[in-house]
Amino acid sequence: MAGKKEEANIKAYSQNFTTMTPGPFAKWIRTCVVWQAIRFIVINIKMLVVVSKSH
Amino acid sequence: MARLIVLGGGVSGHTAATFAAEWLGSAHEVVVVTPNSKWNWIPSNIWVGVGQMSKEEVTFDLAPVYAKAGITYKQAKAVSINPEGSDSIEKPFVTVEFTDEARLGQSENIEYDYLINATGPKLNFAATPGLGDANGLGEFTVSVCTADHASHAATELEKAIEKMKAGERQKFLIGTGHGMCTCQGAAFEYIFNIEHEVRKAGVRDMADIKWISNESFLGDFGVGGLHMKTMGYAVSSKIFAESLFTERGVEWIIGAHVNKVESGKAHYELLDGTMGEEEFDFSMLIPPFAGVGLKAYDKAGEDITATVFAPNGFMKVDANYAAGSYENWKASDWPSTYQNPTYANMFACGIAFAPPHPISKPMSSPNGTPISPTPPRTGMPSGIIGKAVAHSICDRILKGSEAPLHEASMAHMGAACVASAGKGLFDGTAAAMTIYPVVPDFEKYPGTGRDTDYTFGEIGLAGHWIKHILHHLFIWKAKLKAGWTLIPE
Ligand SMILES: Cc1cc2nc3c(=O)[nH]c(=O)nc-3n(C[C@H](O)[C@H](O)[C@H](O)COP(=O)(O)OP(=O)(O)OC[C@H]3O[C@@H](n4cnc5c(N)ncnc54)[C@H](O)[C@@H]3O)c2cc1C
Repeated sequence: MAGKKEEANIKAYSQNFTTMTPGPFAKWIRTCVVWQAIRFIVINIKMLVVVSKSH
Repeated sequence: MARLIVLGGGVSGHTAATFAAEWLGSAHEVVVVTPNSKWNWIPSNIWVGVGQMSKEEVTFDLAPVYAKAGITYKQAKAVSINPEGSDSIEKPFVTVEFTDEARLGQSENIEYDYLINATGPKLNFAATPGLGDANGLGEFTVSVCTADHASHAATELEKAIEKMKAGERQKFLIGTGHGMCTCQGAAFEYIFNIEHEVRKAGVRDMADIKWISNESFLGDFGVGGLHMKTMGYAVSSKIFAESLFTERGVEWIIGAHVNKVESGKAHYELLDGTMGEEEFDFSMLIPPFAGVGLKAYDKAGEDITATVFAPNGFMKVDANYAAGSYENWKASDWPSTYQNPTYANMFACGIAFAPPHPISKPMSSPNGTPISPTPPRTGMPSGIIGKAVAHSICDRILKGSEAPLHEASMAHMGAACVASAGKGLFDGTAAAMTIYPVVPDFEKYPGTGRDTDYTFGEIGLAGHWIKHILHHLFIWKAKLKAGWTLIPE
């Protein structure tokens, strides 16, 4: 059967039937070093803003 | 010369004591009373618990650090407080019992001008039969709450992995061990780190991994959940959490009060009143937290513990403890100065202060069993509160007893949190989140209770790198190495 691997855990009408599930691109981008290096800077800036608002 | 005593050298107390010593200089004395000889960066215990870090990497000796800072260090546990002194001692004092080998069991009364209670939680394993007893963790489950517990958990995990390699299926049950637990975030990190490790070991198909918690919805985390701004939507943490659990093949039981643990089996009651049981080969269940059981006496020696402490053992501060039911809760119920209402020279910070009420909506089963998270006080708020309290006390010592107190309400403060979902320089991931404010303010932010411009989250390798850097940064800071005062809490 031609099913998508990343959707295989979902079971009809089970507890996980109503959530969102990441596709191959969303999963790949999570550990793509170049993209994550950019996100590293962005997240750090966002966190520093929250830290500065909290002190 | 004034003397400040800090009870507890954990995240909050260590922050308070080291800043106070820095600001007061040698003209005044800072004393730390804490039972362990080592400081522990608790968040990294998760990695110790999966064998990815050693106990030594997450702990260091306190004595040389306190010697360098000019702090008087007593390796002891506080037993009681006499905030009015006694018939034979004029000044307020704390009674401590030494825990180091040389003076084990000996006690001492230490007088103070100011006191900070930062004793953190008592890990109340005894609240659930079989989870443990008055001596601590029981034999059926593991824990990651201390570095020693986490080392033991790693050994047990290794055994489970060996069994799976030998063809024996293993059931993992991770979550909270009582209906009134907090710290779901630590269990969340541990379950996904286990999932990551068994996958790396090539035995993921041999592992049945299940979550059990007292949250009424997945992603509550004791803060009533949070909404994160993503692609123009304010998305509930429930969606993100369910998505991750589904992706990683982890089933969940929620709204559960684990009421008994025995060898290989946990019994639980659900919010709908039904009872269930779940078998396991390996289980880590977070215990509920309570205050560490300090007593308080007045000048005549009468027990005033109920005046100074809330029934759960945490110290009363400037919170509104009469807010009543959920519908009446306000952000302003939360304390801002952490000063004890009865004794103005006594403060509490970190987990040791008594919150006014939970953050998540309280719920109970039809049988009357309360099943809902108690409020977390994570590392960043614990550190910020510790520093604010130290600031207030230093001002009062240096500028006079009427100096205004510094404020650090969790209803006006955000928190940055990085939850590991697996360790690895190139294949690790973590959910990096910020939440602002920690305690939702539905008057200021109608709807979600939070400012969604400053409440965000995303999972990825960048989060893991941040978590790993924070490990080194906070240990550097706690060791008071160059530039430590510049590193934010
Ligand atoms: C496994 C785990 C993972 C976590 N991960 C994160 C994370 O990723 N991010 C985050 O923000 N937070 C995390 N937390 C929460 C964080 O550890 C706490 O918020 C923080 O430690 C609270 O600081 P504290 O000083 O109040 O308590 P603690 O750090 O527990 O310190 C309390 C201190 O008081 C001492 N003490 C106890 N009894 C006495 C006594 N009678 N007299 C004197 N001293 C006493 C204890 O020995 C201890 O040193 C995690 C917690 C756990 C358990």
